[in-house]
Amino acid sequence: MRALTQIVAITLLNLRNLPQRVGTSLVVVIGIAGVVGVLVSMLAMSEGFRYTLASTGRSDRVIMLRAGSDAEMSSGVARDQATLLAALPGVARDANGRPLASAELVVMVDLPRKGGTEPNNVPFRGVQRAAFTIRHEAHMIEGRPFAAGVREVIVGRKAAKQFAGLDIGSRIAFRDSDWTVVGIFGSDGDVHESEIWADAEVAMSAFRRTGYQSVTARLADDSQAGLAAFRDSITRDPRFSITALREPEYYAKQATVLSRLINVLGYTVATFMAIGATFGALNCMYSAIASRQVEIGTLRAIGFGGAPVVISVMIEAVLLALVGGAVGGTVAYLYCDGASLSTLNFNTFSQVAFDFRVTPDLLARGLAWAIVIGLAGGLLPAIRAARMPVTEALRTL
Amino acid sequence: MRYLPLLWAGLFRKKTRTILTLLSIVVAFALFGLLQAVKIAFDAGADMADAKRLLTTARYSIIEPLPIGYLRRIEQVRGVVGVAYADWFGSKYQNESNAFPVFAVDPARYLDMYPEFTVNPGEREAFVRTRTGALAGRRLMNRFGWKVGQKLPIASEIHANRDGTMNWEFDLVGIIDAEDPVAQGNSDMVLINVSYFDEARAQGKGKTGWYVVRVADSTQARTISATIDNLFQNSPDETKTQPEKEFALGFAKQIGDIGALVTRILLAVFFTLLILTGNTMAQSIRERIPELGILKTLGFSDGKVTALVLAEALLLLVLGGAIGMGAAVLSMPTLNNATGGRFPPLFVGLESWVLAAIVAALVALVIGLPPAWRARRLKIVDALSGH
Repeated sequence: MRALTQIVAITLLNLRNLPQRVGTSLVVVIGIAGVVGVLVSMLAMSEGFRYTLASTGRSDRVIMLRAGSDAEMSSGVARDQATLLAALPGVARDANGRPLASAELVVMVDLPRKGGTEPNNVPFRGVQRAAFTIRHEAHMIEGRPFAAGVREVIVGRKAAKQFAGLDIGSRIAFRDSDWTVVGIFGSDGDVHESEIWADAEVAMSAFRRTGYQSVTARLADDSQAGLAAFRDSITRDPRFSITALREPEYYAKQATVLSRLINVLGYTVATFMAIGATFGALNCMYSAIASRQVEIGTLRAIGFGGAPVVISVMIEAVLLALVGGAVGGTVAYLYCDGASLSTLNFNTFSQVAFDFRVTPDLLARGLAWAIVIGLAGGLLPAIRAARMPVTEALRTL
Repeated sequence: MRYLPLLWAGLFRKKTRTILTLLSIVVAFALFGLLQAVKIAFDAGADMADAKRLLTTARYSIIEPLPIGYLRRIEQVRGVVGVAYADWFGSKYQNESNAFPVFAVDPARYLDMYPEFTVNPGEREAFVRTRTGALAGRRLMNRFGWKVGQKLPIASEIHANRDGTMNWEFDLVGIIDAEDPVAQGNSDMVLINVSYFDEARAQGKGKTGWYVVRVADSTQARTISATIDNLFQNSPDETKTQPEKEFALGFAKQIGDIGALVTRILLAVFFTLLILTGNTMAQSIRERIPELGILKTLGFSDGKVTALVLAEALLLLVLGGAIGMGAAVLSMPTLNNATGGRFPPLFVGLESWVLAAIVAALVALVIGLPPAWRARRLKIVDALSGH
């Protein structure tokens, strides 16, 4: 109990004369703010990318690809196969008995970024009528859906934001054809918002394709057993060489390479900065103690213990670190939360647009780093303070 | 040089403080070296680009194939001295998609087009002669422990083999090497013989992914590009021809602006460093005001005292910067081994050293100027009575 009151007393004393040491204290705060700011922004980028892919797809839907293909781009499903797959009993049907399945072809089209000229691989998806029925999340934001049989496209919200010439009414030239943009669609911020959609039949003839890339279907029975039975019906049929994956499983796979890369980069940079900031904090706490030498000596002389001195110094370091962490987190939040970015996803070889996401979890992680740096920076100076012989400390008087 | 001992004594007046400051400078510059290396690795394609090489791809998207018949027609264009072509195999090795790129090429044409890749003559000959032959980059050989002479089983995600499966097998007949570390990163690939591949694949026969065109005179690159594209205008397969460098830059842009990202991170790092060292520097000079007064009493001019303070800051930065960059250089081999060839080789080039020197000088100037100014304005009487 006595130790506790001592700690409180010394800590308050320290904090009260903090304003006299504003310069050095600011060094700790800014140093740690830098670390946390960089860490949180880098992780927010990785998190935003991961979130975009992870929120794509629903678990009651499956995507069917050629066996052995990990991405739609490298998959191929022949026309007749697509029809047979849609007709499987495991596929859900609408009120009129039509299968809730959409065979889709995916090609890349070159579009410049806004304000740029270099081409980017923007995914162009030809979808069947059922595409909207099976994907509840897809809805028109502006304009109207494309009409069947004509060269009209609708553009995902994020694609429209990132790439040039995708406003409603504008015409885009791909291959031998001009297409008119008739609408903008949203899809809960998922990966489809980076795409351009058109009627599958029209796209197939315009791009001179003979097959689809994938078939997406809603399962009649979305339980694990239902999926197993559905897969069974595919493998039993010798005409098929097809893998069926739940959509979330498929899309989560597409995030692996890039999010690992960003994470490694983010943590490496933050680790280096954290080491640098720890040295800064050490410096600052040492000089804080040096400037309070007499004061600490006096406290020890009138009977305050060594432990309370250590703890109070640590508390001061951690408090400063927390302020730094909070500043860094806030700056990261204000500066990059919601900022959009588009990059080439190595898994799919196509552009994905996503928003930075500064989540509470990331902020907490940033603060945790701040506390660790504060503790590391405070410990040695605290011990030195407590070990200072009283007589020597007071001699400088 | 005469003043070095004096500078040294001033710097290490408070050992702990200087060492800690020095360490944070070391860390900042080590990070600088690493990030510069990453940036250079990303720009590698554009840096290695040969001004005499053009790339012809399908006009609307690089994933669309082009007819193989274009070869003869491009060859006949005036000013073209060589044409090679390659097709994307879409590899899957040990269940990992695109663990490395595999290109189906005409062996002699392709190797002649890229003189920066060296293949020993015997192995080159074997690759030309063996229909099922394959060459692999040196780093890939090390990463997977392959040996010349072994069978190389690689699946394709795109092309079915004659037997209807996606499984292919090649004979590894040689190694692609490169002297330059940047070129070495570009050699992380497997080349297979297109004559076998095209005959055995179930679909897409008679097509190739892109053409690489060598021109005699790089100043003619634009004209020749336009001539090639005109050849195929209004055909079902229109082309887009551009200098290799432009293509590589465009591709790097697809990933996004790595350079800008690295610059922003480094700005944050050095801003933090400025505050940190700036504060220590100011503090250290403040403590030494009486000493500076004595220097002036002894006849050191205002200019000399200013220079001494600035030189001290510079010494600190140069020392820390050199150690930090040195650490970055030393860590490269370990780092390159750890990434196992999944990432182009990282290295610290002359360009990075020069940039580091400039940054160190700038930081020294910014943190040294305020205390130096203070030292300059100092009046001897005040300085000596100050304490």
